[in-house]
Amino acid sequence: MNWSSFSDFLAMGGYAFFVWMSYGATALLVVAEIAWVVKQRRQSLARARVQRKIREWSSS
Amino acid sequence: MKPRQKRLAIVGGGLAALAVTAALVLNAFEDNLLFFFSPTQVYAKEAPLDRPFRIGGLVEAGSVKREADGLTVAFKVTDTAQVVPVTYKGILPDLFQEGKGVVARGRLGPDGVFRADQVLARHDENYMPPEAAHALEQAKKSQGSVVAPAGGSGK
Amino acid sequence: MSIHWFKYASPASFYGLAGRLIPWFAAAAALATLAGLYIGLVLAPTDFQQGDSYRIIYIHVPAAWIGMFTYLVMAGWAAAGIVFNTRLSGMMVQALAPTGALFTFIALWTGAFWGRPTWGAYWVWDARLTSTLILFFLYIGYMALRASIDDPRRADRAGALLTLVGVVNIPIIYFSVKWWNTLHQGASVKPGSSSMATVMLTGMLVMAFAAWMYTIAISLARVRSIIVEREQHSAWVGELLVAEGHVGAPGTSGGVPGSKGEKAR
Repeated sequence: MNWSSFSDFLAMGGYAFFVWMSYGATALLVVAEIAWVVKQRRQSLARARVQRKIREWSSS
Repeated sequence: MKPRQKRLAIVGGGLAALAVTAALVLNAFEDNLLFFFSPTQVYAKEAPLDRPFRIGGLVEAGSVKREADGLTVAFKVTDTAQVVPVTYKGILPDLFQEGKGVVARGRLGPDGVFRADQVLARHDENYMPPEAAHALEQAKKSQGSVVAPAGGSGK
Repeated sequence: MSIHWFKYASPASFYGLAGRLIPWFAAAAALATLAGLYIGLVLAPTDFQQGDSYRIIYIHVPAAWIGMFTYLVMAGWAAAGIVFNTRLSGMMVQALAPTGALFTFIALWTGAFWGRPTWGAYWVWDARLTSTLILFFLYIGYMALRASIDDPRRADRAGALLTLVGVVNIPIIYFSVKWWNTLHQGASVKPGSSSMATVMLTGMLVMAFAAWMYTIAISLARVRSIIVEREQHSAWVGELLVAEGHVGAPGTSGGVPGSKGEKAR
């Protein structure tokens, strides 16, 4: 363990701004990418459902 | 747009993008592949002396002198072969230290003094805890004392 | 052996394989991230010259590695697409690009926030930084090129060519710090040696592993959407919707896209 307290940890030896800007932005971007992929999946399935219905109608 | 026209537009756009990228790359290579020049290169007149350029090397130990205003600083950049004196007015980066790497941008005056408008620290690729660095330093010192005739730093 | 590989080169069977693999890679990514963050931010000591600003390394270096490595994998799929003319290849290139771009951006971003406190500048135009910016532009260029071509198969071919042309940039990035004077320092980790304390190195390698696992998981998830999107007219996707429970059995009407509660039927 490198830190004596939690506030010590947050202060990052005086480099809090730079360290947390790096970690924060990365976390945000990764979460955004996951959300985007989930949305993409929903949309692709929705479009495929429409195509399937069209095929059903045209075959009946 | 007809399909053929569209294809042409795509190929044209692709070529244009490639040209811009190539221009960017070549331009970057031309000016910046050598991000800085060493003091030896400066003495050999390989650096563009008529315009601003960057000089890089180590801050010579014991050469850093601060003026009374607290902002102006003079130091010497060395590559162990040649030395170039530098003056700079401004805030130095945290890692600026004697014996450590430095890159300064500016012009070389006729008096041989490099007047910098920007000073960057160039650190090495070693990472270790302070205790390890200290131990390494001690080891180096005691090793040196074995060779030195008046070495009395034994524990 | 090769028969098995080519079996999975069909998007339909790769869709299933990817679905089975994703949870494993995602779990590995999550566990490695937790372990890596714990080692890097809690256990690892302060650096002797950079203080705690060096802790950005646990994101910066893995992101830069994965940014470059993903491009190489993309180029491999692109080459396979040109040689074997398989549909899956183009889809994989398409699936990898956004994540490669993301990690390259993260490397540039964290590099800026690391450069400011250590070098004294957010950005400099040295060979390492410039060539990494070009890598980011290559990813963006690939995605823009795809978006500008309506026919996916033609977009595959054009994208593959662009990807292969750009691959020359990867060795330039990697060796830039050796070939030219740069502000960026040399590599701390080279094959067979490292200039980092063991705990620090361990944290960084664990984070790199996490980023690698994440990249595999997220691009497999993305390629599944791309497969469904691009094969939506085929019968197997229709059967898949039923098999996975996204619509009712044939004849019971699929429901309106976006309507809730279809799974319950």
